[in-house]
Amino acid sequence: MKKTVLIWLAIGLASFVLLPWHMTDDGLFDQGWIMDGVAATGLFGSLAGQWWLAPAGLALVIATILQLTIPEPVKRARLTLGTAVAGLFFMAVQGLIIVRAGPRVFEGLLTGDVIMAGQAGMGAGAGICAIALLFAATISLSQAGKGQGDAFVVSTIGLIIALVGIFVFFPVIHILVRAFEVDGGYSLTEFFPRFFHSDIWGLGCLIGPRSCGVAINSLFLGVMTGLGTTFLGLTFALIFTRTDFRAKTVLRVLTVLPIITPPFVIGLALILLFGRAGTVTEFFADMLGWEKTRWLYGFWGVYFAQLLSFTPIAFLVLIGVVQGVSPSMEEASQTLDADRWQTFRYVSLPLMRPGLANAFLLGFIESIADFGNPLVLGSGFNVLSTEIFFAIVGAVADPAKAAILAIALLSLTMSAFVAQRLWLGKKSYATITGKADSGQNAGLNPVLRTICYAVALPWAALTLIVYSMIIFGSFVKLWGYNHSFTFDHYIRAFGIDFSTGRLTGVAWDSFFTTLTISSIAAPLTALVGLSTAYLLVRQKFVGKDAFEFSTMLSFAIPGTVIGVSYIMAFNFPPIELTGTSIILIIVFVFRNMPVGVRGGIAAMSQLDKSLDEASITLGANSFTTVRRVILPLMGPAILAALTYSFVRAITSVSAVIFLVSAKHNMATAFIVGRVENGEFGLAIAYSAVLIVTMLAAILLMQLLVGTRRLRRTDRVQQTAKAA
Amino acid sequence: MKDTQIGSVRFDGVVKKYGDVTALKKLDLAIEPGKLVTLLGPSGCGKTTTLRLIAGLEMATEGKIFIGGEDVTHLTATYRKVSMVFQSYALFPHMTVRENVAYGLTVKSVPKAEANAKAEEGLELVGLAGFGDRLPSELSGGQQQRVAVARAIVLEPEVLLLDEPLSNLDAKLRRHVREEIRQIQQRLGLTAVYVTHDQEEAMAVSDNIIVMNNAEIAQIGTPADLYEAPSSAFIADFIGDANLVACEVEKTAKGTATALLDGQRYSVPSPDIAPGAAQMVLRPHALNLAAPGQPGLKGEVTYAAYLGKEIQYTVETDVGSLFIISPVQAEPFKQGDAVSVGIVADHARIVAA
Repeated sequence: MKKTVLIWLAIGLASFVLLPWHMTDDGLFDQGWIMDGVAATGLFGSLAGQWWLAPAGLALVIATILQLTIPEPVKRARLTLGTAVAGLFFMAVQGLIIVRAGPRVFEGLLTGDVIMAGQAGMGAGAGICAIALLFAATISLSQAGKGQGDAFVVSTIGLIIALVGIFVFFPVIHILVRAFEVDGGYSLTEFFPRFFHSDIWGLGCLIGPRSCGVAINSLFLGVMTGLGTTFLGLTFALIFTRTDFRAKTVLRVLTVLPIITPPFVIGLALILLFGRAGTVTEFFADMLGWEKTRWLYGFWGVYFAQLLSFTPIAFLVLIGVVQGVSPSMEEASQTLDADRWQTFRYVSLPLMRPGLANAFLLGFIESIADFGNPLVLGSGFNVLSTEIFFAIVGAVADPAKAAILAIALLSLTMSAFVAQRLWLGKKSYATITGKADSGQNAGLNPVLRTICYAVALPWAALTLIVYSMIIFGSFVKLWGYNHSFTFDHYIRAFGIDFSTGRLTGVAWDSFFTTLTISSIAAPLTALVGLSTAYLLVRQKFVGKDAFEFSTMLSFAIPGTVIGVSYIMAFNFPPIELTGTSIILIIVFVFRNMPVGVRGGIAAMSQLDKSLDEASITLGANSFTTVRRVILPLMGPAILAALTYSFVRAITSVSAVIFLVSAKHNMATAFIVGRVENGEFGLAIAYSAVLIVTMLAAILLMQLLVGTRRLRRTDRVQQTAKAA
Repeated sequence: MKDTQIGSVRFDGVVKKYGDVTALKKLDLAIEPGKLVTLLGPSGCGKTTTLRLIAGLEMATEGKIFIGGEDVTHLTATYRKVSMVFQSYALFPHMTVRENVAYGLTVKSVPKAEANAKAEEGLELVGLAGFGDRLPSELSGGQQQRVAVARAIVLEPEVLLLDEPLSNLDAKLRRHVREEIRQIQQRLGLTAVYVTHDQEEAMAVSDNIIVMNNAEIAQIGTPADLYEAPSSAFIADFIGDANLVACEVEKTAKGTATALLDGQRYSVPSPDIAPGAAQMVLRPHALNLAAPGQPGLKGEVTYAAYLGKEIQYTVETDVGSLFIISPVQAEPFKQGDAVSVGIVADHARIVAA
């Protein structure tokens, strides 16, 4: 234990003395920084006038001395902890105060040429120093306590808190700060009039010809989408669980679709069907002489697209809810002489109510966070997520406005999220008791069944048509005008010149970038997500509820807000990441982390806790327990987390669109660019390729999970023969 | 087995709280090396908490814990020389039986060959030699239980902990396995702490029983002590069947109390009981039924059950309803018969009210 702390301190000291403290222009592996005379490492920097770097090194030295001189373990641990925390604190403070550009605090206090010159973003030296101090602190904390301490667990908690703090809270706080920014300073009084401005919260559309504020638009769209998807999802769920409908597998396929669909693709397909030159529009114009209108571009189009996009999510949630109603309750009701309608109305439906509310809130959050569909179809109908985007990339970049809009959006999603946690968390009628329940669910009464069929089946057909349009549209020359078959779009996007072996397609760059970044992000997401799940399910520590809440928080932060906050927070020192591929990886890891956490919690809750305890009482520490007992038993959950975060990284657009650069462009951002240029064919062809890629990834995962099971049976057979 | 591995366990004023809930009130106990001691009590009495405190799976809120004379209060389970058999067995489903048994050795970096050899020895000890290559799911419940025991004892722990090890077995197997556990414990001279809520199981395996109730120790003693000299009404009721009847103690002298019950005086062996209201413990076997008119309590049979080897009666008397077990007689009493219940004072005990 003492040795581990010393090793970390040594690593920290080495990086303080040997590695460049700040970011270097040419990257870490270019040796230029040694030669160019600019004081580079932490040590030389401090000696050459950048005195504010010294505390970090000093903390490392003092901690090392403490470790070597104090014999009494608890006292040693406490002092080391204090020193390391102080070191980290000074590092953070100097990083935030002494900057080259951007918002600056305590300007009046710190003056002088060296300080005014500022410093670059933190680099390898600073990063490793910080990690060394963090681990020295967490390991010491585990030794200073009353013995509950487990260095591995405490260090993991410390690391995750630090990461979530830096990559979720820090950017969001940045947005809050920026929202108070006015020309040349900050103002509290300016914030409220701007926040409650009628452009955002105006109700003009209700009482007059003026349009409503964007927040009201978002809110209205969100409520409508939430209600619509919950209703549609319920009809699907009822058909799926309470009827003898034949083609249930087809319905099941519907639930996979939203996972593998980039968010704007539905909007694109709808344009092909219902746009001015869309198939359906043309048909009615020809047959009935209806006027070709642009109804699709506005509220109804966005609403339509969102219903199509998010109904499967509601379906997925509600299958569980409907199945959760214990059959014996319905049987009890029927033996008490209630008919099927009464049973549904007075027993099943009330039991489902919390689940329905949950589905509604989910639809609501998805809808107001949705960026792709409003971007493609919104036109005159402005919502928060697109307004934020245009405030950043529009003709007049107005970061303060973007920040204020982001706060408005965040307050909406947060309210829904908090409502879900506080209200629904307590009010769930858990009817799954763990006791075997052999009863049968009551069938639907005929009227209800007819209604469900009448609503759900046409909707399912429509969804399938919309998806087939994506494949179809990619092979057509110019939709609505020239319907001749062509491979042009694919060749333009993914052409290969076979004579030279060069990839001539325009999409290759972004395609490979997307695959690379998603493949790097996926295991990291799974790692962070599953470690968090392990801590939440298996460990007891102070502040666990707050810890859980904060890790789930990024689920409630819309992608657009994350994107904006990242460019605001990481465009300047101390952490300067914009334009790199690292920022893309980080944004995926922390945006998709809740998915990994959820999956991990579900999988880990099914593992008997006494397995861990057995391992620990047999002398294994928690790290060995995780490695040898938990991980092998979590195989399928790990694969699922990997695939899901991989796919989510590919389909994500809202956060990414702010963070891509010419060098690191992502597929979705590239496609959105094509759509804005009106190159629908190319956009759709590319979307189709993405969907197929992701389907392949998912199928591959299913295959891997499948073979894993096979291997086990193999082993069983072998042993049976041997015995 | 070497002497150094045989450990004693001592609790010095150990308190365990979960938030505001007190799971253990100031517990002092000492367990002698080489003994099998059972923690017995109704659910929620703190017996499992006590076991987990010994294991290091829970940490004491106050007080000190010693194992083998060494202060282990602040050591986590990983670093304590104890091992545990779990109620659910907790066999690792993805490892073979041999890998399971060798697990504790391999995490201590014992060479693989040596670990496997020791695992094989352990399996032999529990009568499962040759089952090493199977997966736990291919074994019966009793076999899985024995693998769990083997896995715990190959580490040669100072103390072996068993948490309701038989509760997942069916009744017939239970007796068999508990005998085996007892034999292995005696053969290896292990200190073992055994948790159960089944008093018959506790009586059958233990050197000593610690009965717990309401987060504290109710009584410590050998099975015979507890049955024959319960210190409280709770123990009397919990260990074996007992009728508790209100009585009046008039005086005590030389370990014999004179008690008044239903107008009759009885001389009952009971040390340390203050005169005044008390309760008399009447074991079902220590009550005789006779035809009315004989000396004793007057009563009426309200229920009679013929069980083959004995007959169980419920008799309603002036002092309350009494449960009586009597050997099968030629002419058993029937429901509704008036009877006289005779008390064998030598077998009765007096406890505080």
